[in-house]
This record gives sequence, C-alpha cells and structure tokens, in this order.
Amino acid sequence: MCRFMSDKALDNIRFPHSHLLGTEGLTPDVISLLLDRSESYVEQNRQADKKKSVLHGRTIINLFFEDSTRTRTSFELAGKRLGGDVLNMSVATSSVKKGETLIDTAMTLNAMHPDVLVVRHNDSGAVKLLSEKVNCAVINAGDGRHEHPTQALLDALTIRRRKGHLDGLLVAICGDIAHSRVARSNIHLLNTMGARVRLIAPKTLIPSAIDRLGVEVFHDMNEGLKDCDIVMMLRLQTERMHGGFFPSVREYFHFFGLDYEKLANAKPDALIMHPGPMNRGVEIASEVADDIGRSAIREQVEMGVAVRMACLELLTANLPTSGGAKP
Amino acid sequence: MTRTAYINARLIDPATGLDTKGALLTEGENIADFGATLFKDGVPDGISTVDCGGHCLIPGLVDIRVQLREPGEEYKGTLESAGRAATAGGITTMVCLPNTLPVIDDMSVLEFVARRARKLGLAKVFPYGAVTKGLDGLELAEMGLLAEAGAVAFSDGIKPVADAQILRRALSYASTFGLLIVQHAEEPSLADGGAMNAGETATRLGLSGIPREAEIIMVERDIRLLQMSGGKLHFAHLSTSDAIDVVRKAKAAGLNVTCDTAPPYFALNETAIGDYRTFAKLSPPLRSESDRVAVIEGLRDGTIDAIASDHAPHDEESKRLPFAQAAFGGIGLETLLAVTLELHHNGHLGLIDALKLLTSAPADLMGLKAGRLEKGAPADLALIDTDRAWKIEADDLLSISKNSPFDERPVQGRVLRTIVDARTVYELDA
Repeated sequence: MCRFMSDKALDNIRFPHSHLLGTEGLTPDVISLLLDRSESYVEQNRQADKKKSVLHGRTIINLFFEDSTRTRTSFELAGKRLGGDVLNMSVATSSVKKGETLIDTAMTLNAMHPDVLVVRHNDSGAVKLLSEKVNCAVINAGDGRHEHPTQALLDALTIRRRKGHLDGLLVAICGDIAHSRVARSNIHLLNTMGARVRLIAPKTLIPSAIDRLGVEVFHDMNEGLKDCDIVMMLRLQTERMHGGFFPSVREYFHFFGLDYEKLANAKPDALIMHPGPMNRGVEIASEVADDIGRSAIREQVEMGVAVRMACLELLTANLPTSGGAKP
Repeated sequence: MTRTAYINARLIDPATGLDTKGALLTEGENIADFGATLFKDGVPDGISTVDCGGHCLIPGLVDIRVQLREPGEEYKGTLESAGRAATAGGITTMVCLPNTLPVIDDMSVLEFVARRARKLGLAKVFPYGAVTKGLDGLELAEMGLLAEAGAVAFSDGIKPVADAQILRRALSYASTFGLLIVQHAEEPSLADGGAMNAGETATRLGLSGIPREAEIIMVERDIRLLQMSGGKLHFAHLSTSDAIDVVRKAKAAGLNVTCDTAPPYFALNETAIGDYRTFAKLSPPLRSESDRVAVIEGLRDGTIDAIASDHAPHDEESKRLPFAQAAFGGIGLETLLAVTLELHHNGHLGLIDALKLLTSAPADLMGLKAGRLEKGAPADLALIDTDRAWKIEADDLLSISKNSPFDERPVQGRVLRTIVDARTVYELDA
C-alpha cells in the first residue's frame, strides 16, 4: 500500500518552488512527490524514536496572525521531529498589535535568518505578500479564504491511503465554501489529481462563479452526496460571516448537517472527513463524526504531521547549505 | 506685453474640429491669434518663437476627477506635486474632489485650495463643493455659498450620496443654482467589505467581491430620482456595461444626465490584479473584459461624455498591505493622455474625438471656459507627440505617490510642452 521513496531518490527530484503558497498550479508530479515523501514519515511517526536530523541547524518560525492550535502544533511537531529549531510567534504576543505592519514584522524576522517561515494570516494574499519580502522559504498555513495547501495535502494523503488512489474518486465538499481556504485548496488539488469534485452548500455560502474552478454545485445534500466516495465536511466559519448567510443553526443542520440519513446517499464505504475543529450538531452529527468505521477525522490529524514534515524537508532541500547570503 | 509665436504646429481644436498646419500667437496670458496662414511670411521681430516641429498643439487637458491630498495628507500628495504631475501630463485644468482634510464643505477651505493653487501657477484648480456636510451623507452642505465661492459642481467625492431622500433634495436644491451633482455610483450595502469585482477571479483569490449590481442599481435609482426632482446629474467613472446602458437610455429619453469614465476602465480588466497587485485595487473595481469593451463602446457612441484621470494618490504604507486592507485608487494625471490615445492608436476613436473627451467635453460638463483654442481665451495649451513611444515607470512619475495601475505599460503619445497662461510650465527633457 505504501509507495515509499528512498532518501536517495530525493537527490534527484526536487520541489520546484521556493515557497509553498497554494495547491493551485502544482503539477500532478509535484503533488505525488509531496505525498510519497509524506508517506515515508507516517511509519516513522509511529515508532518510539520519531526523531530525524534532516533539519539539523535549521530555524523554523511559526508566524501565526490568526489563532490556531492544531495547525501550529502540527507544524511545531513536524519541525522538531526533523531536528529543526522551532519558534512559535502568535499575534497575541507580537508587535503587530502595536501597529507594526505585516511587512515590518516579516523584515524583522527575516533579519534573524530563519530558514522557513510558516505563516497564517486572516487576509487572502497576505502570505504571498510576505513571501516577496523575505529570503527564506515560506509555507502558507492558511491565508484568509484563499488557500491552505498542507490541509489539502493531508486530506489527499488520507484518501490515498484509504482508497489507494485519487483519480476517478467522487468527492463531495460540504458546507461553508464561501469562507473556506480548505475548500479552495482541495478543489485545485483534487482536480489536478483527476478526482471529481462536488460542492454542496446553501446558495448563500457558494461564492460566485465557483463552477469555473471545475466543480459541480449542489444545494441539496441528498442529491449531492449520491454515490460519493468521500464526504468532506467544512466548519461553519461564523467568525468570517458578516450578516445573515442562513437563518439559524437549527435550520442549517436540518438541511446541511451530516447525519446517517443523508450519509445513506453516499457509497456504503464512503469516507467521512473534516478539517477540524468540528462544530458538533451544526455541520456534523456526533455519532457520524465518531464512527470508527467511516470517519477518517483523527487519521487526518495524524497525516498532518507527516505532510508537514515532507513540506519542511523538501523546501529546505532547496535552500543553500552553507554561506551567508541566500539568493 | 510678451508675445510668443508657436510655429510649425499641427493645430487641433476638438471643439470646432479644426485640424490644420499653422501657427499660434500668445499675447500676455491669452491666445491672440491662430490659424493656417498666420506667420506664413515669417515671424516679425520682437516676438519670441517656439518651433513645434510639426507636432500637435492642442488645448490643455481638462481633468474633472482629481484627488488632491492637500490640505491634510500632504505625505501622499500636495497641490504642487499634483500641479507638476498634471502639467507633465498636459493637463492645465483640474477639478478636485472635496475629500481633503478638512473636507471642502465650507467656503474657507475652498478658498484656501483655490488661492494656494493660483499662487503655484501650475495647472488651474477648480474644486467641487461637498454635497453633504463632512461628506457624511446626512445634511446638505452650504451649496449656494460654496457655488458663490467658486465651486464648479457638487460631489461627495469617493463616497456616494447613498440616502435617496438626501440625493433627491440635493438635486432639487442644486438645480436652483444650475449646478451639477457628481455621483460615485456604488450601493454601499452591496459593496461594503468588498475588495475587487465579484466573480471568478475574486473567488479564486479568496477576496470578497463587489458585484457589478452595486453600480448598476445606484445608477438606475438615481435616474429615477432625477426624473422626480429635476436638476443635473453626472455619474463619475462608470465601469459596467449595464450602467452605461441605463445612461444611454436615460439620455435618449431626454433626461439631464451625463457620465465619464477613467482610463483603467477601458484599458485594464480585473486580471490586472494578478497575484494580489494592490496598485490595481481601484474604486470602482476593475471589471471583466466584457465590461471593458462596453466602456469603449460607450465612448464611441457618445454615451460617455468625458474621460477623467481619477487620480488617487496613496503612499506605500497604504498600498503595501494585504489586498483586502490596501487603499482603493491609483494615480493617473501623467498617464491620462497616453492611455487615452490607445483608443486612437487601436482604431476605436479618431484623434480629434479622443482629444475632445479630454478637453472641451469635460470643460463643457463643468461649465468651464477651458479646453478650446479661442482668441482672447487664456493660453492653456499642450504640445504633444501623438506617436512617441515610451514606457510608464511609476518611479519616474512626478507625483509624490507612485501607485500607478499602469506601471511598466508601454504606451504611445507623449507631452512635449505644457503652457499655462502663455507660460511654459513643463517641458520634456530632450
């Protein structure tokens, strides 16, 4: 089941970008490279000795302008397991609150010679902007409603391990598409890898012209879930909602919450996924989320660490190994 | 009295359709004479001579939508920097928006701006008066007194007069003085929070969209209000095919409505934003390609009456931000002529028609005695090479702020010399 790649192979294949800002534009080969590399870390992370030294001497700064526990922890573990020095900087303790701009923060951190900046920001495009001002590798850990590439990669790894492949699968992404960077990154990645993507949400949570991204749009769960291999639920991002997108949580759950009744439309072996944190009883019923046979939600978290290890490794492999000034 | 002869010129006066080889004589501050036969037998002694080298001598451009940042935000732009940028762009008359700090809702501020501009002696400045006090959209400003002090028209600047009742009264009240209300047509409840045109690109970039309907709805509504209250209404910088179509129909129905657009809306579309380029974040937002084409059609068939630069200077700190946080607007004084001439070079408009949209047409909208070659009128002129190719480099522009949406664009058509009141105020380095 595992398609391992030896450490030697990495000498020949490189990640062809200096940053990982999104899944849009990544080729199937590059996505496969990232997934194969991640796969090798899954086993390692299950051993008692989880430590490697590929990032020895490297400094990774987790720069989070938006609250996060799981993503930040996942990146922190990934960096540490590869032997790097990891520093966490969150907005609550930073000088951004004192009026310093994003660019100033980036320049200040850049002067301390980090090798990788892992950045989350609540504005779309902010991570791209920051990446233009620093000379280290930048990983987008989520920018506004734009992209969250490592989430899409860990979702893909989870699916690939369970189903053996991505191409030809029918994947339904359900819920708050409008405010979701996870949805956008998944749409790009899944389409690139040959899966078919459906979006299911109330019309108010579907952004305009989304069909141009190569998806089918449904507004009825029973219809949209029909024959799906994968059911990906999204968190309702009420913190990004201004004004009424739907009348009430009760009404939302009635029509769009995932319960066994709606799930019955999908294939019997359909996999249930959720990027977390879950709003139980809002977008997903507890018994469905906790169904060991169907739900891959906890496995997604496990894959997250492996994927982030692969991303850190492949990006730092592109950095110069000695000398001061970087290109 | 100083007399200067501009010889060997191609004289173009869009207002009359004049297009002839000839010469022009200035005396004191005014145009004394011009024509094909003037100085046919040489220039008499005692008159200084400027050889135009066969290039076009045209009325100085009249730009009816300029944001000055003085008073209040001099770090973004001053009357002098705007004046220098304007004259480098062949503009000799600017009509400025009232969104300074303090705002031009009071005679004293209006007089301050007008006096400072006069002293500089660069492009002439005529301010808009505010429609509402503080541009808050709640209470009418002293429009009559502002008009007496020299306001040429009324506008709340970059904000729409959103309240229907206020706009109705403003139109009705301004008609007493025969003055124009200039509206930024954008329904705030649809546009607020948006960063770019709604659609595929916004969805891809994860940015909140401003739907086209925000503009269309307000234009439709305002025309209804104009029917009800009378008066004169002008829509600034229209960007959508439907809004232009609404104006087209209203004009056909005989309503007193006019509109303009700005170069970004016929030369760029939303793809100029690319990967979050904040210099392309404009208000109204850059639209789709079909809207861009419709704007050109509106210019061709006369629905759109004029082209204005929509000059909106912003410092680096206002633009070097995540896209959603960056300020709206781009500078345009120095690129107005060259980008407009693309319409001519691309075969959409004749040269005289294109120049008319920048000279007599906007002057007529504002009731200004400008934008024409006329004996006895102030000698406000521009000498232009319509074919000279150059590349717009934001850093080389004279404006203090460099936020041009046309940075690095190759263009054709350059200002060689600008003349205000018969004085040369700008000359292109050879």
